[in-house]
Amino acid sequence: MRNLVVGISDQKVAGPPDTLTTYALGSCVCICLYDRLRRIGGLAHILLPEAFGDVSGKNVYKFADTAIEELVRGMIKQGCAHLHLTAKIAGGANMFVSEGKSIGDRNIETVTQELQRLKIRIVAQDIGANYGRTAVFNTQDGSLTVKTLGRGNKVI
Amino acid sequence: MGNYLNLNEYQLSALSEIGNIGAGNAAAALADFMADTIMMSVPELQIIDVNSMANILGGPENEMVGILVTMNCDVRGMLLFLLEKEFVCLLLNVLLSKDINEFADISEMDLSVIMEIGNVLAGSYVSAIATMTDLDIRLSTPQVAIDMVGAILNYPAAYFGVMDDNLLFIEENFLSEENTIRSHLLIMPEPDSLSLIFESLGMSL
Repeated sequence: MRNLVVGISDQKVAGPPDTLTTYALGSCVCICLYDRLRRIGGLAHILLPEAFGDVSGKNVYKFADTAIEELVRGMIKQGCAHLHLTAKIAGGANMFVSEGKSIGDRNIETVTQELQRLKIRIVAQDIGANYGRTAVFNTQDGSLTVKTLGRGNKVI
Repeated sequence: MGNYLNLNEYQLSALSEIGNIGAGNAAAALADFMADTIMMSVPELQIIDVNSMANILGGPENEMVGILVTMNCDVRGMLLFLLEKEFVCLLLNVLLSKDINEFADISEMDLSVIMEIGNVLAGSYVSAIATMTDLDIRLSTPQVAIDMVGAILNYPAAYFGVMDDNLLFIEENFLSEENTIRSHLLIMPEPDSLSLIFESLGMSL
């Protein structure tokens, strides 16, 4: 079994028995897509909501409005069916108070909109608040374990 | 200007020098609090992506105290103090004659002391830059978070991520007497403010 680590502005696709881990989400959001039939999982870790216009030369994995579509494409390439994909999301915290709408809230908003646009249902989420989260995505059963410091762990 | 990687050697060394002077000021301020138990190292200028940054700081899940101060007016950007648990405990134990060894033992009152130290250090650091450049720099009141360092770093990463894939920061290390406890002060100006700093020093891009 391999544990594949996904960094910030990065994404990976894997199948059983591998797990996909992304560490210390603050305002970042991780999107975990799963095809239950083929048992393939994909995890994207986005930093910002929107790429704003011209994406040439930019890292498409960095933005919610470009990364999720790219992840879906990658999973279909691995044999997934778009229709079978469901999503679990985690992160989008506000580590510090900011003026106006926080980056965590904007990330969650755009991720939710983007999943809606792509017609992928969010089946579970652990988002918001003001603490960091590490997410471990199990491609065996599609479960997502969210770990925190001092606030316990949960499986969603 | 858009990219931090376009800076030349000359400008990089000017930045290090600014860091040096700021650090001298901050170290003097810290000495007022702590007698002479804490020293500051020679500043190091770094331009790296946020994933590598978390790894330098003990890995993304390393629990640290983050004190955030934002810079406004002529120079915009932020200062982020990242303090190791041992350093925070040492500060509190020396200042308040306590015996704290864990984050869980830190009270609200202790936290406000930590924030005040952040406030004084940031003020003394930034006033050095302001004097050198004759620029107006205002500081926000500090905010504090105790959490995974990777999660804390999301804040500057997202803030600067709109402009650049890399973070430019001047890193200052605080060292205790035994040289074992390291903590960090990251000074991160926005690209435009950086141009302004260079301009004020007569070395525009």
